[in-house]
Amino acid sequence: MAAIELRALTKVYPGGVKALDSLDLAIPDGEFFALLGPSGCGKTTLLRTIAGLETATGGAVVIGDRDVTGVQPGGRDIAMVFQDYALFPHMDVTDNIAYPLRIKKVGKAARQRKAEEVGARLGLDQLMDRRPGQLSGGQQQRVALARVMATQAQAFLFDEPLSNLDARLRLEARTFLKKLQRELGVTTVFVTHDQAEALAMADRMAVMEAGHIRQIGTPAEVFQRPANTFVAGFIGSTPMNLLEGTVGGDTLEVAGCKVPVPASAEGLLTDGERIVYGVRPEYNTYSAEPADGSLGGKVVIVENLGASHLVTLEVGDVLVQAVVPEGGEPSIGADGFATPRRDRALVYRDGELVSA
Amino acid sequence: MTRFVLGRIGFYTLIAVLLAFFTIPLLWLAAAPFTSDPTYEVRVPDFTLDNFRAILEHPYALPSLLNSLMLAVGTALLVVVFAALAAYALSRVRLPGRDALLYALLLLSSIITGTAAMVPLFQLAVELNLIDSQFGVILILTGGLLPAAIFMLKDFMDSTPKSYEESARVFGASPLQIVRHVVVPLVRPGLATIAVWAVANVWGNFLMPYLLLSDVEKQPAAVIMYTLYTEGGQANLTLLSTFGLLYSVPVVLMYLFVSKKYGFRFHGGIKR
Ligand SMILES: Nc1ncnc2c1ncn2[C@@H]1O[C@H](COP(=O)(O)OP(=O)(O)OP(=O)(O)O)[C@@H](O)[C@H]1O
Ligand SMILES: [Mg+2]
Repeated sequence: MAAIELRALTKVYPGGVKALDSLDLAIPDGEFFALLGPSGCGKTTLLRTIAGLETATGGAVVIGDRDVTGVQPGGRDIAMVFQDYALFPHMDVTDNIAYPLRIKKVGKAARQRKAEEVGARLGLDQLMDRRPGQLSGGQQQRVALARVMATQAQAFLFDEPLSNLDARLRLEARTFLKKLQRELGVTTVFVTHDQAEALAMADRMAVMEAGHIRQIGTPAEVFQRPANTFVAGFIGSTPMNLLEGTVGGDTLEVAGCKVPVPASAEGLLTDGERIVYGVRPEYNTYSAEPADGSLGGKVVIVENLGASHLVTLEVGDVLVQAVVPEGGEPSIGADGFATPRRDRALVYRDGELVSA
Repeated sequence: MTRFVLGRIGFYTLIAVLLAFFTIPLLWLAAAPFTSDPTYEVRVPDFTLDNFRAILEHPYALPSLLNSLMLAVGTALLVVVFAALAAYALSRVRLPGRDALLYALLLLSSIITGTAAMVPLFQLAVELNLIDSQFGVILILTGGLLPAAIFMLKDFMDSTPKSYEESARVFGASPLQIVRHVVVPLVRPGLATIAVWAVANVWGNFLMPYLLLSDVEKQPAAVIMYTLYTEGGQANLTLLSTFGLLYSVPVVLMYLFVSKKYGFRFHGGIKR
């Protein structure tokens, strides 16, 4: 097991695309780390550069206490699961799992035994003689996991390991993967563009944008206190309300309403300053009657989220969303009021979070 | 209605005539060896085996088939090995001017084993002491077939996903291990296609062995065929037809075997 450290890592593809821009990142030993970001932000590039499949244009990759920047992938003591799993179609499950050991010149009997042991642990014992083409997506994923487990590498790299599974199986696989990582305690970096996946599985996560890391933190930190408006808008199953406003003493003037300055920004704002006020729909309390510091307007959309409803209010000329529990949903056209939770609302100045 | 019927009749007549062009020679090839005293006509055979006895007695006929086999297998082996390595490299490594190189090779290769380069090739063989050497013929035929083989195989390799190789690379496999463990099994149908194509090409090649092999004992069937005359200088149809049949059967068998085992595919690596 080993920590992974990236120092000023830069990757410029031939043709001039700068996929990673002087990126610093430290992942401690044993951590389950998620890389999240919109399509094309450089997640796969980052993972492949750690693996050595892409050579860094600048900076360093350190695994354990070894600088591996110039080392071939095979010498880095890492294992990688590809998005399409890359199981060898001409080998059966046993041979697939045993392949890393074959490269390490482990004897045939020993590596078969190891493959069976790992396979059994992942519930593949009935499938050991099958070819990958004869397995379901979920089974293939487990074979791919078994294969990296057999390597006993210092770190695992996963590129969207769940994206080939259907929604139902994905939930199962997610739990399974997290449990497995806990048990093995291997440093794991995994790429996803599904934020629910990152929030659910990761110990810590990084949100990337255009080759930069915009925030690193635990899922709770990233969800509750997005460091900038990019992360705020990107994270969350429903996007955060980001409303322009001005500071007026200890209240903020937002969309023609007055709301109290959030707890996190108290004493940090100057009068008359222009800010962006952020609050998640989940942290807005909806009521039919005006309340202290509420944003009032007309209900324009009501969306069913299952156990709750997402209500969109037209406040002045902006839209504000609030999550309303089952049974309390208003009808369209009614007057409605959303009261942000003062301890959860955030203030952004020039796109960056204002906080002590 | 009548126009339709007439059209159909015309169409089928045309097809029948076209088919006849292909089938009559084949019928002759199937019937003549079993007919005593064959002529150019297609006749119902009287199922004699005398013609085969005659060909067995011919001193060079059977050995020449063996020579053909040697040339064909040797060339196919070299072509498959070198083409696979070259195609893999060309498919995976970004080289400036790669496509231009491939097209240039392809263009030149049709000249190399063709009539145009006969004289220089002969001289080259003389200089290199490769006259009357079967190995020399194999080398020259290999050279002629390689560009087309590389071209076809590269296309095949381009269409197999890279992630298999990358996966093996991360596990620490060396480039040669990757080729042996991963690439070759994945492109096996392509390799089989190339091998069969090379064998068929060499089997039918007359010019190169005729030019470079003067020793009758080393000449392949295609050249020996050319010597099957009666004392009167007439084509010896008894020997020609029988030898022709023996000459074509191995290639047909090979096609059937390989197509059954691998299926012929020029495109599209793996089903996913
Ligand atoms: N081989 C390549 N050559 C040139 N540019 C590339 C190459 N691979 C990726 N890029 C570019 O680098 C940037 C980052 O790509 P990358 O694949 O890392 O994105 P990603 O975050 O994994 O996206 P996704 O979520 O869609 O998989 C993109 O702009 C992409 O177009
Ligand atoms: Mg990607």
